[in-house]
Amino acid sequence: MLNDSFRFTPHITLEFKIGEKDFFIAGESASRVKKTLQQLGMKQEIIKRTAIIIYEAAMNVAIHANHGTLKVYIDPEVISIITEDKGPGIPDIELAMKEGYSTASHEVREMGFGAGMGLPNIKQCSDELDIDTKVGVGTTLKAKICLNNKV
Amino acid sequence: MTEYFHSVTLDFEKCKGCTNCIKKCPMEAIRVHDGKATIMQERCIDCGECIRCCPNHAKIAVTDTLDILSEYKYRIALPAPSFFGQFKELENADCVLHGLLSIGFDEVFEVALAAEIVGYLVHQYIKDSKIKRPIFSSACPAVLRLVQIKFPDLLEQIAPILTPMEVAARLAKEEAVKKTGIDYEDIGAFFISPCPAKVTEMRNPMTTKHSAVNGVIGVQLIYKDIIKYIIKEKTQKVSSTLQKATKLGMAWGYVTGESKNVDASTTLAVSGIHNVISLLEEIERGELKNVDFIELQACIGGCVGGPLNIHNLFVGRVRLRELIKKCGSRPSYYTDEELHRFYTQGHYVSTEPVQPKTIMHLDEDMSIAIMKMERLDKITNELPGLDCGACGSPSCRALAEDIIRGIAFETDCVIKLREKVKTLAEEILDLARIVPPVMADSSKKTGDK
Repeated sequence: MLNDSFRFTPHITLEFKIGEKDFFIAGESASRVKKTLQQLGMKQEIIKRTAIIIYEAAMNVAIHANHGTLKVYIDPEVISIITEDKGPGIPDIELAMKEGYSTASHEVREMGFGAGMGLPNIKQCSDELDIDTKVGVGTTLKAKICLNNKV
Repeated sequence: MTEYFHSVTLDFEKCKGCTNCIKKCPMEAIRVHDGKATIMQERCIDCGECIRCCPNHAKIAVTDTLDILSEYKYRIALPAPSFFGQFKELENADCVLHGLLSIGFDEVFEVALAAEIVGYLVHQYIKDSKIKRPIFSSACPAVLRLVQIKFPDLLEQIAPILTPMEVAARLAKEEAVKKTGIDYEDIGAFFISPCPAKVTEMRNPMTTKHSAVNGVIGVQLIYKDIIKYIIKEKTQKVSSTLQKATKLGMAWGYVTGESKNVDASTTLAVSGIHNVISLLEEIERGELKNVDFIELQACIGGCVGGPLNIHNLFVGRVRLRELIKKCGSRPSYYTDEELHRFYTQGHYVSTEPVQPKTIMHLDEDMSIAIMKMERLDKITNELPGLDCGACGSPSCRALAEDIIRGIAFETDCVIKLREKVKTLAEEILDLARIVPPVMADSSKKTGDK
């Protein structure tokens, strides 16, 4: 058992800080991770899904929360994308998962964001999705893409 | 032929080993090692950015010369639309076309005319195809190679139509066979090119098995002869008219010309390889799904900005526009029925889908690749982050990659090297201060007590 937990799995973690209304970091981090995954020789389809999740998740933090972090963990079996933020939280997750539902401000929508496709998009692209949220405190989103199973 | 042929090459004698080019290359394909630049063949897309920025003119585009004409019985010139923007105060395109005949060609066929066919075919393709939007133009070979390497996901959105150069060569040769009775193989078609990527495209075509173009001749090789002819011609007017292209095709010489010709309901035209890259990054994330057609040009300003052209792109553009104005509106050479026949018969459709090219991998084995990436990140963090290029790699990150790939060393970094020298010097000084016991100052020792 000891042996097992000490077995070495090569991995890398990429971290990004997301400030309030920081609309650039989502694109930047998606590009950075995309390049990394290309260099690792990941399949195109995996790269695309990862980039979309990162972009949408980081955008969500920039639009809705005060500030937060984005972490991307990569090992040969799985890619995990984790955003943690301090912010308003999501009062009704089921509603938030609906396409077209958005609580983004008018100002944000004017900028072309907040179309209510973020979470549905993330869900569609990930193999596992876990959202932990507390109203008035913040939200932690964990999305996983498994690398070794079919498709 | 080697696996990688590139028109863009280094003039070894002229290269002074400065690092201007490594920074401008959008593919990070150039390194300066041992005092000379080297182009990483598998990464180069022949965009010509390095040709433009080299202060020593050490980056050149290899094109064919007029000597190649002697290999064929019947020689057809295919002038690029942007070529006409290189001449001052042209009254019409004819004097340039006649000028081409005067330097050894038997016939001319304007690429602008073929561009009109391509415009129509792409227009119809967009109308009839259900494929994901936006659809991209296929005319710029440097952009195609860029997509192949950096945006393989977007390859399926490239319009599967041959380039105007290719269509022009096929049409011109078919017509020449009919007209002269000479064998197809004995007829040569030669593109008059502002563009190194077209040379590469002719040798190693991406969208068809074999190119019908037999040679690509750089604008600068014939420019002077054409100018001479134009000056002479002013006194002895040419009689027959050769121009067949209309303003629609001629405007392909500068950016927006193509998208206007394609005439989809929503279009966008982008030029400059760095602009193209940043736009494609957004599109890859799902932006601009409502745009039907995007014209992508590697050179700023489109083909008038091609690195082999003589004049500044704005000069070229305004001259071409003036010429188009003077030509007025004339009826299209091909009737709507003929154009439609090209479309329904599937002429000029690319037969080879552009394949993705993976050249960025750190290692074939994913676990090893991840370990290498870990090391790469670590080295990057330890480098100064100045991106000065003095090591010969375009950025600190690129140097770290080169170290991982085994083609560079950490001490290639001048800052790192200096740090190392400093540490070493301090160690030496420390060692120098240590006095062997036999030489120790005895008075001091007793004093210590």
